[in-house]
Amino acid sequence: MKKYLSFFQLEFTMGLQYRIAALAGVITQFFWGFMEIMIFYAFYQGEPSAFPMSFSATATYIWLQQAFFHFFIVWNIDNEILDSIVTGNIAYQLCRPINIYNMWFFKAIASRVSRTLLRCFPILVTAPLLPSPYGISAPASCFHFLLFLLTLLLGLLVTVSFCMLIYVMAFFTISPQGLRILFSSITEFFTGAMIPLPFFPEKMQKIMELLPFAAMQNVALRIYSGSMTSYEMQKAIILQIFWLFMLIMIGKLLCRFAEKKITIQGS
Amino acid sequence: MKKIKNSIQIYLHYLSITIRCMMQYKTSFFLTLIGQFLTSFSAFLGIFFMFQRFSKVKGFTYHEVLLCFSIVLLEFSLAEMFARGFDSFSVIVKTGEFDRILVRPQNEIIQVLGSRFELTRIGKIFQAILIFIYGILKSEVAWNLTKVMTVIFMLIGGTAVFSALFLIYASLCFFTLDGLEFINVFTDGGNEFGRYPIGIYGKKVLLFSTFFIPYALIQYYPLLYILGRREGILYPILPLLACWFLLPAFLLWKFGVKHYQSSGS
Repeated sequence: MKKYLSFFQLEFTMGLQYRIAALAGVITQFFWGFMEIMIFYAFYQGEPSAFPMSFSATATYIWLQQAFFHFFIVWNIDNEILDSIVTGNIAYQLCRPINIYNMWFFKAIASRVSRTLLRCFPILVTAPLLPSPYGISAPASCFHFLLFLLTLLLGLLVTVSFCMLIYVMAFFTISPQGLRILFSSITEFFTGAMIPLPFFPEKMQKIMELLPFAAMQNVALRIYSGSMTSYEMQKAIILQIFWLFMLIMIGKLLCRFAEKKITIQGS
Repeated sequence: MKKIKNSIQIYLHYLSITIRCMMQYKTSFFLTLIGQFLTSFSAFLGIFFMFQRFSKVKGFTYHEVLLCFSIVLLEFSLAEMFARGFDSFSVIVKTGEFDRILVRPQNEIIQVLGSRFELTRIGKIFQAILIFIYGILKSEVAWNLTKVMTVIFMLIGGTAVFSALFLIYASLCFFTLDGLEFINVFTDGGNEFGRYPIGIYGKKVLLFSTFFIPYALIQYYPLLYILGRREGILYPILPLLACWFLLPAFLLWKFGVKHYQSSGS
């Protein structure tokens, strides 16, 4: 366990180095959040009754989504790992007495957490100060806030274990960029990054909520503003834990299989 | 005149090299093509499902928004296809590759443009055309010659504006050495948020995109004309006027080239 924690630490400190990039990221995130909210506001003005959640809950959803952007995006996976598989450098890591899956897992969490820590505070501080329906409103209750933190963490773990599948599959395809685009565009749609899941037609939403994609950002962002009933919350958290175990199991099995069959690229 | 002909010939030659090069990796090419299709397809689905719930946004119906979405997507992917060479320009500057470009007796812009040609954007273009046709069939626009011309002008003006933004992004690399990521707000953001008519974002955004970065000239105003909400001879020409935006971009580039200090070894 200790060696994996040191991978975590290494990746984490490395991630904290890119401060200028983070500043650029924050500007982009602010702009993106602002424009998204304008779109929803334009729809809201026409037919307020057709809104599935209150407007301030929607705005909160969007700002939190922007603040924790790097927790949940799938396209931002570690190119270094993919490159090492394509070029064959992976051989060096396979020689070491470590479990590749665990190492990647810890590295991925570290880089996501460090990126987010650098970026989230400007949004989390300014967005609550915006005039009422447009900013982040207070959490529904103290209990909701604690659940928000818990599901945020679970969502992060589910996202990471999902991304691990891309790494492992790169062993088999050797064309990781295609996989990456494919996976990230599918996720972006099903996870509620494009539009929050409650905005989908009811039947579709029911199906989508069962998929692993809904166990990523959707749960935490909706629990925060209290737009889920306690039954829905229970179900969502159980699903998150279920998918976390499933994804890790599939990933580990695939990884073991790949390690046996692997052909090292390069010379 | 001979010089221009020569430049075009060289550019076409560059294109044929990059395309032949790409065709060596056919699987990767087709996977990326599908990926490109899917990324913009999920943007389309986003619009589709919003209009399952709402009937109109600020007076624009679903099919009118689709027209807007497809035209902007077409403009953007055309610009991306030809001008994405500027996107990887930071690498050219960082490695000192630009020195090699400067010593050749050819226009630098042509060489940079020719360094990359994204044929995979055909995936997006194909989709934009399909949605455009669907939008036309459903939106009951009374087409006439000037309206057809307006669409063509929109494509020309839009490709010019987005290319100019890519050029600005590249020019800034002369000063910062690295690509300034926040310019993406204007390139990708222009595409992303251009899917809805700019008028819905309110007066301030509309003013900004009329006079500062002319998105509204290539999207909102000509769209109003096509949909028959505005009259006047000025509206069809507006997208062409948007081409003025190439001028500051070009000047910035020239300024950058003049101040270029090699960074390679």
